[in-house]
Amino acid sequence: MILLTRKTEFSSAHYYWNEAWTEAENERVFGRCANRNGHGHNYTLEVTVAGEVDPVSGFVVDLKELKEILEREVVSVYDHRHLNLEVAEFAAGTGMIPTTENIAIAIWRRLEGKIPGARLHRVRVYERSDLFADYYGER
Amino acid sequence: MAAGVTTSAGPKAYLSRRYRVSASHRLHSEAYSVEENRAVYGKCNNPHGHGHNYAVEVTLGGPVNAGTGMVCDLGELDEFARTHLLQRFDGMNLNTLEEFHKLVPTTENFTREIYRTFQGFTGAKVVRVRIEETGNNSFEYGEKFERG
Repeated sequence: MILLTRKTEFSSAHYYWNEAWTEAENERVFGRCANRNGHGHNYTLEVTVAGEVDPVSGFVVDLKELKEILEREVVSVYDHRHLNLEVAEFAAGTGMIPTTENIAIAIWRRLEGKIPGARLHRVRVYERSDLFADYYGER
Repeated sequence: MAAGVTTSAGPKAYLSRRYRVSASHRLHSEAYSVEENRAVYGKCNNPHGHGHNYAVEVTLGGPVNAGTGMVCDLGELDEFARTHLLQRFDGMNLNTLEEFHKLVPTTENFTREIYRTFQGFTGAKVVRVRIEETGNNSFEYGEKFERG
């Protein structure tokens, strides 16, 4: 088995807000991130897949195809969008706050089962170079 | 966790935070002779020490809190790191610190010491500490936590 990682980027706006809490609670827990006008990041996404090397092609997965899947399933949906307002999984009422952890989980769910010939191993999302979240599909 | 924050748990994820620590050290073991120290540690045995800008990457694992969407409160983690990592090690000579009186302050030992330190953080469980000593050398210590 071998691991292969593809990196891509998207730039999005978000804010942190739990609808079940009062404004004061949101501001206490989330601080500046609760500003409802939103703020943004240049996110870096690293998707790692695991699989066997095809004896003929020498590939685990066709990188061009993986690139297209990431573009279609993630980048075209998240890039230059407001995650809370324009992306279904983070919409009001879902209870899914677009934290770095939840973005990694949401991307896993978007990609799971969609990569031919390889198993999704890890989704890593960098919010900044000094802060990132990993998800391995653990429930 | 702040009052009013639900503690119901979601899927398990890992959060990593990088901190910068600049410190000096000298690699020298009392168990070796002068010549042996020089042979084993080379220029790192220079009596006056030398320094690095360490990049310390701390990984915490746990269920994502359904109320906050987070593995742990980043403010609490940064506050813990400020007190127990930065104030303790940043701008210091590692050899002068009590924890390295009997332990050579190699980055291996520094990594284990920082891992032990973050085991005292109650916001989430530390699962790995990774230190880049330079852009070419990095060290990791922790439990195996990847699925599969």
